[in-house]
Amino acid sequence: MEHYNMNLNLKVWRQKNSKTNGEFKMYRVENISSEMSFLEMFDVLNEQLIAAGDEPIAFDHDCREGICGMCSMYINGKPHGPWQANTTCQLHMRAFKDGDTIVVEPWRANAFPVIKDLVVDRSAFDRIIQAGGYVSVNTGNAVDGNAIPINKDNADAAFAAAMCIGCGACVAACKNSSAMLFLSAKVSHLALLPQGEPERHSRVLNMVAQMDKEGFGACTNTGACEATCPKEISISNIARLNQEYLSASLVAEK
Amino acid sequence: MLDAKIPSGNLDNKWTDYKGHCKLVNPANKRKLEVIVVGTGLAGASAAASLGELGYKVKVFCFQDSPRRAHSIAAQGGINAAKNYQNDGDSVFRLFYDTIKGGDYRAREANVHRLAEVSVNIIDQCVAQGVPFAREYGGLLSNRSFGGTQVQRTFYAAGQTGQQLLIGAYQALERQVALGNVTQYARHEMLEIVMVDGKARGIIARNLVSGQLERHFGHAVLLCSGGYGNVFYLSTNAMGSNVTAAWKAHKQGAYFANPCFTQIHPTCIPVSGDHQSKLTLMSESLRNDGRIWVPKKQGDNRKPNEIPEEERDYYLERRYPAFGNLVPRDVASRAAKERCDAGYGVGSSKQAVYLDYAAAIERYGRTEITKQGRDLASVSKEEIIALGKDVVKEKYGNLFDMYEKITGENPYEVPMRIYPAVHYTMGGLWVDYELMTTVKGLYALGEANFSDHGANRLGASALMQGLADGYFVIPYTIGNYLADEIYNKPISTEHEAFAAAEKAVADRLKTLINIKGNTSVETFHKRLGKIIWDKCGMARNEEGLKQAIADVQQLKKEFWSDVKIPGAIDEFNPELDKAGRVADFIELGELMCKDALNRNESCGGHFREESQTEDGEALRHDDQYMYVAAWEYAGDSNWNLHKEELKYEVIKPSQRNYK
Repeated sequence: MEHYNMNLNLKVWRQKNSKTNGEFKMYRVENISSEMSFLEMFDVLNEQLIAAGDEPIAFDHDCREGICGMCSMYINGKPHGPWQANTTCQLHMRAFKDGDTIVVEPWRANAFPVIKDLVVDRSAFDRIIQAGGYVSVNTGNAVDGNAIPINKDNADAAFAAAMCIGCGACVAACKNSSAMLFLSAKVSHLALLPQGEPERHSRVLNMVAQMDKEGFGACTNTGACEATCPKEISISNIARLNQEYLSASLVAEK
Repeated sequence: MLDAKIPSGNLDNKWTDYKGHCKLVNPANKRKLEVIVVGTGLAGASAAASLGELGYKVKVFCFQDSPRRAHSIAAQGGINAAKNYQNDGDSVFRLFYDTIKGGDYRAREANVHRLAEVSVNIIDQCVAQGVPFAREYGGLLSNRSFGGTQVQRTFYAAGQTGQQLLIGAYQALERQVALGNVTQYARHEMLEIVMVDGKARGIIARNLVSGQLERHFGHAVLLCSGGYGNVFYLSTNAMGSNVTAAWKAHKQGAYFANPCFTQIHPTCIPVSGDHQSKLTLMSESLRNDGRIWVPKKQGDNRKPNEIPEEERDYYLERRYPAFGNLVPRDVASRAAKERCDAGYGVGSSKQAVYLDYAAAIERYGRTEITKQGRDLASVSKEEIIALGKDVVKEKYGNLFDMYEKITGENPYEVPMRIYPAVHYTMGGLWVDYELMTTVKGLYALGEANFSDHGANRLGASALMQGLADGYFVIPYTIGNYLADEIYNKPISTEHEAFAAAEKAVADRLKTLINIKGNTSVETFHKRLGKIIWDKCGMARNEEGLKQAIADVQQLKKEFWSDVKIPGAIDEFNPELDKAGRVADFIELGELMCKDALNRNESCGGHFREESQTEDGEALRHDDQYMYVAAWEYAGDSNWNLHKEELKYEVIKPSQRNYK
């Protein structure tokens, strides 16, 4: 792969805190290598801002290897930027060319209020998990790991759902700011395993109730969440969630 | 000499006897006892959840925006357990033995044996939580092998084992939050330990969103804050991983043990330029199927696929025929460095070796054809390779994708380029058998302590240790301390010790932000990293270490007179957070070099050039260094060395041999 350098214009959302209004500001960075990651390009910009006596741009990031789910930039109108199945930290500058203008915004959703610049508050996701996204098993209660064989297809499907990194890109991509893909991934993960069976009904009902309470929107099946998910969590999980919710509701009403 | 309070009796029975005789706290009293947990990785989340389940009042802190982001999440390859599901000769003793040997005989026998014992419970617990481990078609758990061992004892979930285990622990934790047993403080950073009458009684934490300092009381404080690999600047750690919590504890009297024992992981994606902010690991599990090689000719600039088989040097298979590509990490890393230093490195930087999957792809492809009941002779090579690629994709797909995203090269077609990078720190706060530091009531769990991995950690053992400490060790050992604390009511955070600790933190923050110098925090961190990597990295010598100590002291002076931190204290200010962490890394860096200088032997990840065999293998000096070096902080750039003698009652230390 040929490497190259580029000069870029950046249009970045700046907002001092949750109480003030924000605005876009323009910045220019030069001699950016195509081998850099997108966040390394932001590191360069921030060093430039600090040197000039300006405040650096606040953004969330931690592992920088696509698994912690902390990074959260809305780049050129797409959560995590132009690449498929990718997080912002794994986006590399070879995705851009010299002279490009790149627009960067925070996740946009009422349930994810802005803390500062590109940093948002995603604690609503923790509260959804608290509502039932677990198996109620205390430490020490477990039987032997091989006591219950699990059909490999189910185990694989549970794993595919459990790969969700909780970044919130699905919410940011959705025109309704729905958290259905996030929620359905957890419901599917646990519903597909025998360990999740005893709490299957209460889990889905409680988690959906918490999701509604947090102010996430409804699902209208546009599929934007699946298209943007860095871990390619399938929208079929939402179908399973609906099925789980329906059957749980029927049981609950009897 | 330090006393680790190891129970007497046979090694096999120590833990069982301990559990049978340690003090218990009755359920009504547990509700009155408060425990602070700092960090929410595998050790912290599992400890907080388990202690909450027992009925203690728990407060848990993390600097990330959610406990689920802690860096345990990035662990890829797997978790060891002595289940012997594969019937291949594994046992608790084997796991114990491999860990002691892998650690180059610098770990404590009793702790490691306990770790091997509880390893089997961890797998059961995780399965019960719904952790989706890889399974065979029969529905049972799958295993793979890992470096430094000859049995298949590693449980895994594709290349995301750490993620799945952490999500399991996180969910258990969130359940306790929902039940009101645990209070969660995300985006908070611990900045001081509060000491009252010689015991740890709480912490000062900074709310990273508002910048406000908070006082929190605890009858005991657990540090589960991970390792200090970011002292090197470039490492596979997350950007936020730091030593600050452990370092504050160290300055309050907790000894820091074996800081020079750092692990350089052999299979990482090489550095691409000065802009690099972190390094990415390619799981060690890739060494199961991949073959590592360099060209036989120095400075060979041909593309890898143009170099014929007979002109390739599979140097690990050549040097270590018994273990081949599966030698332990320290051995594999040094072998890669040796080849690159000798001029055989590949890629534009020449600081890389190849990790090649061509042979594995073909082997798997052939197996698939055989499984389909077809005759190999009638099948084209293309079809075999296509089928083989599918198998490799299922096993390692996410790792291959990650490699392609970072480098822009397709590892199914061309060999990956890899080079060693800082990955894990075996050193950490000194703890006794009960995981208590030298400060009463202050515990250290997981990577933050030093106890189980000696001078080198085996693959798939970090996840095991973090969860062992949190799920199965601390719930017992903390009771032995807290049973005597039931007479002590919670101390008001108005107590003068809290006020003094908060003032010390506030003063330090003010000092930092008022320096208003010209150099960014990042610049200082990079300079520190370069000093430590060059002089206290894969190879160390007396002259270099002395120079490094002088360089770090100079850097410290410059930092405290010239660092530039924008913004204010009472707001969301990541530069200020980072400045505090880098200031602590600088002090730790000096201690690391001091420890490396003291230990004039090579063992595990610590390679002193003065101490090697004729063919360049590490040479230990058991007569002089069979001890844990535990450093007591004694003021600016000053430490006193305390030793814990390592007594091997069961295993007879020998020079490691993987040939």
